Amino acid sequence: MPLPRTRGTALRHRLAELRGPDVPAKALDARALAALAANPGCRRRAILDGAGVNKTALASALGSPSAFGQSQFALTRGNAFEAKVKADGGAELLRLVHEKLDRAAEPPAHARVPELTATGPEGRTARTALALREAIEAPGEWTLLDHPMLALDVAGSPAFLEPDAVVVHPDGSWTVVEIKSFPMLDGSADPAKVGAAARQAAVYVLALEAVAARLESTPRVRDRVLLVCPKDFSNLPTASAVDVRKQRAVTARQLERLTRIEEIADTLPAGTCFSPELPAAELTAAVESVPATYAPECLSACELAFHCRARSLESGAVTSLGRSVRAELGGLTTVEDVLSAARGESGDPDDPAVAALRRAAQLRAEAVAGCR
Amino acid sequence: MTTVFDPGAAAAQATDAILADTLHGTARGVVVDSPPGAGKSTLVVRAALELADAGRPLMIVAQTNAQVDDLVLRLAEKNPELPVGRLHSSDADPYDKALDDLPNVRKSAKAADLAGLAVVLSTAAKWGHVKVDEPWRHAIVDEAYQMRSDSLLAVAGLFERALFVGDPGQLDPFAIVGSEQWAGLSYDPSASAVTTLLAHNPDLPQHRLPVSWRLPASAAPLVSDAFYPYTPFRSGTDHGDRRLSFAVPSDGSGPDRVIDEAAEAGWGLLELPARHTPRTDPEAVRAVATVVRRLLDRGGAATSERSPDPAPLTADRIAVGTAHRDQAAAVRAALAELGVTDVTVDTANRLQGREYDVTVILHPLSGRPDATAFHLETGRLCVLASRHRHACIVVCRAGVSHLLDDYPSTEPVQLGTVVKFPDGWEANHSVLARLAEHRVAWRP
Amino acid sequence: MSLISTLARLEAVSTGRAQPAATVRHRRLSERPLVFVPLTTAGEAGAPLGALVGTDRDAPHLLVVPQPRDRDLRFTFLSELADVVLPYIDAHAEDVEAAERTDTDPETGKRVKVEVELCADAPQLIVPSRAGVEYVRLLGRSMRFRRTAEQDPEAPYPAPPRVPLLGRWLTHFGERARVPGSSLLLAMTDVLSRHWATGQSTLEDQHLGALLAWIAPPEGETGAEAAVRAELARDRDGQLLCPPAGPATDPAFDNKLLAPAIERYDRARTALAASEDGLEADDRLGGLTAAEREIRALVASRTRPTWDAVWRGLDLLRELPEAGRVEERWTRDRWSFTGHRDRVVAGEPPQPRRDDAVTAANKLAAREREQARLEAQEALDDPLVMAGRRLAGEAFAGEVTDVVMAYSEGKRPSPRPLVTVRTDDRPHLGERAKVFRSLGGKPQSAEFVGHEGDSSLVVLRVLDKMGRGKEPEEGSVPQKGDLVCFTLFEHEQRGGAKLPDPEQTPWTHGGPPGEQVSEPADAPTQEDVL
Repeated sequence: MPLPRTRGTALRHRLAELRGPDVPAKALDARALAALAANPGCRRRAILDGAGVNKTALASALGSPSAFGQSQFALTRGNAFEAKVKADGGAELLRLVHEKLDRAAEPPAHARVPELTATGPEGRTARTALALREAIEAPGEWTLLDHPMLALDVAGSPAFLEPDAVVVHPDGSWTVVEIKSFPMLDGSADPAKVGAAARQAAVYVLALEAVAARLESTPRVRDRVLLVCPKDFSNLPTASAVDVRKQRAVTARQLERLTRIEEIADTLPAGTCFSPELPAAELTAAVESVPATYAPECLSACELAFHCRARSLESGAVTSLGRSVRAELGGLTTVEDVLSAARGESGDPDDPAVAALRRAAQLRAEAVAGCR
Repeated sequence: MTTVFDPGAAAAQATDAILADTLHGTARGVVVDSPPGAGKSTLVVRAALELADAGRPLMIVAQTNAQVDDLVLRLAEKNPELPVGRLHSSDADPYDKALDDLPNVRKSAKAADLAGLAVVLSTAAKWGHVKVDEPWRHAIVDEAYQMRSDSLLAVAGLFERALFVGDPGQLDPFAIVGSEQWAGLSYDPSASAVTTLLAHNPDLPQHRLPVSWRLPASAAPLVSDAFYPYTPFRSGTDHGDRRLSFAVPSDGSGPDRVIDEAAEAGWGLLELPARHTPRTDPEAVRAVATVVRRLLDRGGAATSERSPDPAPLTADRIAVGTAHRDQAAAVRAALAELGVTDVTVDTANRLQGREYDVTVILHPLSGRPDATAFHLETGRLCVLASRHRHACIVVCRAGVSHLLDDYPSTEPVQLGTVVKFPDGWEANHSVLARLAEHRVAWRP
Repeated sequence: MSLISTLARLEAVSTGRAQPAATVRHRRLSERPLVFVPLTTAGEAGAPLGALVGTDRDAPHLLVVPQPRDRDLRFTFLSELADVVLPYIDAHAEDVEAAERTDTDPETGKRVKVEVELCADAPQLIVPSRAGVEYVRLLGRSMRFRRTAEQDPEAPYPAPPRVPLLGRWLTHFGERARVPGSSLLLAMTDVLSRHWATGQSTLEDQHLGALLAWIAPPEGETGAEAAVRAELARDRDGQLLCPPAGPATDPAFDNKLLAPAIERYDRARTALAASEDGLEADDRLGGLTAAEREIRALVASRTRPTWDAVWRGLDLLRELPEAGRVEERWTRDRWSFTGHRDRVVAGEPPQPRRDDAVTAANKLAAREREQARLEAQEALDDPLVMAGRRLAGEAFAGEVTDVVMAYSEGKRPSPRPLVTVRTDDRPHLGERAKVFRSLGGKPQSAEFVGHEGDSSLVVLRVLDKMGRGKEPEEGSVPQKGDLVCFTLFEHEQRGGAKLPDPEQTPWTHGGPPGEQVSEPADAPTQEDVL
């Protein structure tokens, strides 16, 4: 008889089963975070991300490959920019942190840049935690952690995160640094991209807070992060402080809710597995066994979006056309229901949604007919 | 050790400091944050009278004609002798007819006709068309947080110095076209007047009125925590200072039970079964109307520091608040069917600055299949949850908490802008959590 | 989304074809628009890869930057672009008519009429999508502060002549495009989705290929099928059959086709530079030309489908008759164009990086006014738009059932007839609410008196436009049996508050901005010189 498992290990085991034998868990990367923000109500996404399923592989196996890719031009330019920002022991980066976030502190003439290499994500996480502790034991100094590794408990298993940099200020407080390659033009940048960067940084803030909480002195994790971007049309770095309190609050709550995946996992038929190795039909059935809440915003956030869109259209869901479409439709959720109610073939005329639909249909028909 | 909080003393101290800075200070501007029911109008009237007494020509800028007329009436009530000018537009019926009964109030559409009067009042829109050779020595800008930066730009040349008064927690001003290109600029024309003013003059004295005389002890902590986390305020009254009682006992129905809960606790949530509905959800609308009808039928009486003798809870002491105009219209129709005609029913925008004993609110997210930025706006919920002196009853469908959790958080972020905090999502969650403690489930 | 447009979208889903969202065309289409289909380099701001541009749908100019990171090649591209765009603009700038404008006399301060020139027509720029409009702005910003050798002999990398001028014009177009209802610079996807409701979301409508697929699906295919094909179908090499409308390119194109081609180009160039004698150089020049030709072909292959799609969109839009009030708004575009022409001629400096407080406030006020104007005009021009306003309770239509003559009080009584309208609409009429109807193109106002019996009978008191006499002029009062449509919104916009001059900016807004200093050009950095 096997030993009784603890609740945590039982879930971890269950999630490993869902991924499929020998399929490693995928880390919670920027895109998973984006999908989390874009559609927190989607159970399908929740279980797949929670179990660490590789959704890109899954989407291809389902026959609706995701369309995300990165141009090598952007990649090269991004890497060159990050290297430039961190050149000379991060002198420019630290100068920006000082200028934008901590002008009262001593300017960073030199900084400690601890070595963070270690084996495996667990090893790197431990190395990062050690470096952070050492940094606050050296008060009055600036420390730059280049590509540290942080762990965040997501639904009972650790997700590993790799911020671009974390800076320890002379007062012992910590700042998350995000380096992006979109430009800040005359002081402003694409708000959608800044928003995404802020959400990403907020996750790092949460992960850092977990590290800080384990330290005796509980150092402060700053709620303003530093966003570093190329200035105007150049490759020179410039930066702006971004307040991520909002994003932090929302993400914290959403990550908490990810624990729901245990409950979702329990509703799945025994033996459900999302391994891309499975035959398409079997895989489709497995994916369909957990409901999705597709909305067009998924297209730019989730690898599975094309699959879910096709299913949503097939079922005639009005939300395929956008979440806002449902706003005035009350309980009507499918295209056919709405149109038949509008034509007067179904629906309760005392329902204000139905009454408004009929009135809208009549007004529309009159206006269009009058012009023919 | 605990110190006893004396609300009267705290408020008086704040007011004295504000008046000292206004009358004797050197700064060109003084900013006063006033939470709901903290005596903003009283302060404006008092400051106006003292400035007039000191012989300083004063102009007052308010945002709507109703606000201007209200201030004129209050000024005349406090000092009927004071020569007051009401500058108005050239539209039909530009001001409240009640002003015609005030002998010392002169009305004109031309600023020149009102020259030399101690105090001249008008809307920001009207002031924007006025030209003067000699600026006024002093101005009071009322509801400054609801005034747009560009609107202040149009009138700021008219005065030398000013007292800016407003409630930072209410609805922000908005523009009907995109204004992203100016986001992050200190003078973003679509921002609030106070934001621009303080960005350029960070050293201006800033005060706040620390006591809400309107909100009861049951409501002030929630409203303060949820909507004013960095500028907290207290209730001027304590638990037990106010009492709401009903002559007719509960009939055990949902509306009666929620009325009793709210009378006891200050809050009541009448929760209807979860369902997606159009905005004018007939069941919810009927529930709102029924609660109002029962409030009137049950012979309510309100006891408070203002009236130790129970004052009857009459129709004019009750208001219904909604998010949308069509909802207000639907509630009015439902009330009319129940024979109720003189209860105020309005949207959050129009209820700003008003006060009642009991409010009944149709929750902005009730029955919605989706939440939107409009429905999550902090100010909207803040206005609806802070109009009452005794009790607030919220009518809502179950499931709003889920709706909030499923709300996508993909807001764009503009560099350099001050984050509006708290945000509506969080404020909504904390209000819901509190309301859940006073929940009456009802299947109509 | 209003219920009427929701219904239109759902009908599109069910019929497989886009449905009308307008019965007339609400934007001006020039007889000779300049179409501009730019492509940009991924990851780099303001590094164009190429473009198709021109006024002749059969003969676009193909402009290509074979190595987008090379400053000289970029300048060549911009210079070529200026050679196409500026003559087009100049042609419009020269043809003028006399007009009147009200100005403030600097001496008396009074408003006086002055004779001025107004360009008889304005140029019109059409780009495929909203991202294209953004790109026009970006190009404008990247060019307008550049200095030519003539302007500044010391400039380290002088821009070709006319490039800064092109930057100023593109900036003007980009800024004007923010004004609601303007047609100087249009995004094809915006104009098409203004006039048709597809069976997909507004997000998906941003894809020009998919949008056109819904509006005019190929024979035997539904809009949905054609749209998915436009969005996703790839050839055997993994390339999209319908390339994105730009300016961003598909990563698969960048990685599989463009990057190797640019690499070959770079190698050919290095080889040429290293050639030891004329013969070798000739030979290697041939290699370079071939490499360049290859990139040109690649850029052409990604822009031509979009170019054709834009013109197809124009064809479809031209089938709709122009709405009545479009001409009036276009005249405003002509004023805007003429104004900028005059500023350029007067030698004014380029538009600053960021607006000052007064300019920003003036722009916002003007745009809000234009937005209100646009909403009113579209409704008055188009019964389908008006239907939406009626459904929203902002207008009502019906038959006049009764007219009772009445007069105002006072010494000279004026006509104030009471008109009863029977309507099925549910307007949100408050006490004494003002309503307006269009009478000979001018708004006539009335006020709400009350309902007669049930709410379908609305009694109004007509207030104006009835002449000066005691009896109303012929045709100025609705008659029994007339079909009328009243709106709760105003038809014409009032002017806003007069803002101070920038040099009078008050203390609340930071005081006067000070003497305008000429904005420095962006400093050159190592990276953009190879």
